[in-house]
Amino acid sequence: MKSVRSRTVVLSILFAVLAVVIALVSLSVGTTKLPLADVVEVLLGGGRRGTRLVVLELRLPRVATGLLVGMAFAVSGALLQTLSRNPLASPDIVGVNSGASAGAVAVIVLAGTGGGNISGVAAKVGIPLAAVLGGLLATLVVGALSVQRGVVDAGKVVLIGVGVAAAANSLVAWLLVVGDVNDAGRAAAWLAGSLNARTWSDAIPVLIAVVLLLPVTMMFNRDLSALVLGDDVASSLGVRVARIRLALLVIATVLAAMATAGAGPIAFVALVAPQVALRLTRTERPPLLTTAMLGALFVVLADLLARNGLHWAHVGPYELPVGVVTAACGAPYLLHLIGRQQKGR
Amino acid sequence: MHVENLTLAYDADVPVVDGLTLEVPSGQLTAVVGPNGSGKSTLLRGMSRLLAPQSGRVLLDGKDIHQLPARELARKLGVLPQGPVTPEGITAAELVSRGRHPHRGLFGRLTSDDDAAINDALRAVELTELRDRPVDQLSGGQRQRVWIAMVLAQGTQHLLLDEPTTYLDLAHAVDVMNVVHAAATTGRTVVAVLHDLTLAAQYADHLVVMGEGRIAAQGRPVDVLTADLLAEVFGLKATVVEVGGAPVVVPDRRLAG
Repeated sequence: MKSVRSRTVVLSILFAVLAVVIALVSLSVGTTKLPLADVVEVLLGGGRRGTRLVVLELRLPRVATGLLVGMAFAVSGALLQTLSRNPLASPDIVGVNSGASAGAVAVIVLAGTGGGNISGVAAKVGIPLAAVLGGLLATLVVGALSVQRGVVDAGKVVLIGVGVAAAANSLVAWLLVVGDVNDAGRAAAWLAGSLNARTWSDAIPVLIAVVLLLPVTMMFNRDLSALVLGDDVASSLGVRVARIRLALLVIATVLAAMATAGAGPIAFVALVAPQVALRLTRTERPPLLTTAMLGALFVVLADLLARNGLHWAHVGPYELPVGVVTAACGAPYLLHLIGRQQKGR
Repeated sequence: MHVENLTLAYDADVPVVDGLTLEVPSGQLTAVVGPNGSGKSTLLRGMSRLLAPQSGRVLLDGKDIHQLPARELARKLGVLPQGPVTPEGITAAELVSRGRHPHRGLFGRLTSDDDAAINDALRAVELTELRDRPVDQLSGGQRQRVWIAMVLAQGTQHLLLDEPTTYLDLAHAVDVMNVVHAAATTGRTVVAVLHDLTLAAQYADHLVVMGEGRIAAQGRPVDVLTADLLAEVFGLKATVVEVGGAPVVVPDRRLAG
């Protein structure tokens, strides 16, 4: 028991430190190369004005958004996988991200000004709000359809979720067709999951969601430990199963939707981070804190590669959306998981 | 524990348990037996709040269990339902520690009280040596004993066990029944739903026979379990013999040829 706990703590710290290191590297590389010492100086409140502008206004919002959406997606995935007892049930598979995307794209396209930027209010409040509503709607549909006699059918969650995701995605496709070309272009870039040109207004909604919901989630940690033993056992241990399941479902949805609003539906983070954390800590469910830190690390590392990979490989000064890199890592892992499930473990 | 006029149903108009009243003797092992579909497991779910009654109530120390706060009930009444989920890779001690859930706060480590309860429970089921083994690597009988230890660690005065010996071979079933019986001799009130009549009769202080959602007979096993009752409730032709003061059911053979 002790070794499991210490492994969880050590890995959480390790991933947090690595995420910070990668974040610092991300702040220093780019068109203007800055020495790490200068970056640290700026973060501690010093540095020259030009350096401060590059670090604090241009690069930090992107890196901070990356760290935060990584945590939000990862914890959302850990919660959904634990609640449905299915490693494939993550918001990117079961339609939550797609629902959130449909909401956000609707705002971009319908409230768009045809080429110009969407007005401040619509962007700051409208996109996150629409994303959360879209995500909740997807969760509601999946939840309602996969419950039988008050019990969630773990296998059905994924099948119905994939269906809901497909429906939401076709809604997105339709919006892109009817929308103004420029709005549609911007929406399409966002849909790939991109941290390009993030500003503080993108980071702040995710920051609020993470700061508020992560501690709340940690308070449910012990109830989750009872819930993995089955609803009947949990209930006879004094856990109010229906209430807690609903609360955690809403939290997981809001986290994924806010992350989607902030950076687009970055694929596979929510699926992979909890499962890798689970295997490394050898716990019986994805450990929340370790998963959060691994998610943050995954996204900033993927973004560093997305931003500089092609340049380092001397292909040219092109940037990839971060979602392309996470998908390249995550898709093989998804196939591995499906293979493992079909073998019946 | 007292069951009063309890009616339980999954579909509103088809009662599975029909106006049942039962006084559970304190500090004893009560076994509930009955043919398939007689409502014995449903009765246990009703007694443990896993199923809300259509009418009637279940009293624990004089209070309706549906009026008690969930955690308070969990500190008085331990339940081992059918089909608990054993998470992949969880160790025996870790699983048993989950039984301490209703005694713990939001955060913080296990207290020395928790550790003592976990160690006592593991000792009671004789699995102290295997405490750090993953439960999914244990035998079926050992796994069932770990689950019973989890409920014992809950430290409740009352225990409800739903078919704790199902799928176990006789030797493992006997191991489990020894543990269940020991729990009752230490002053706990234990109710176990069992399907093996002989096993139930050998261990129970009080035997409740259910048929069609009602109590067909109850009392000391030796008084209750008769050939007439078996014919009437189970539709079974059998001879009942007494071994060591408890009845043993020997089914009559109908051999071909």
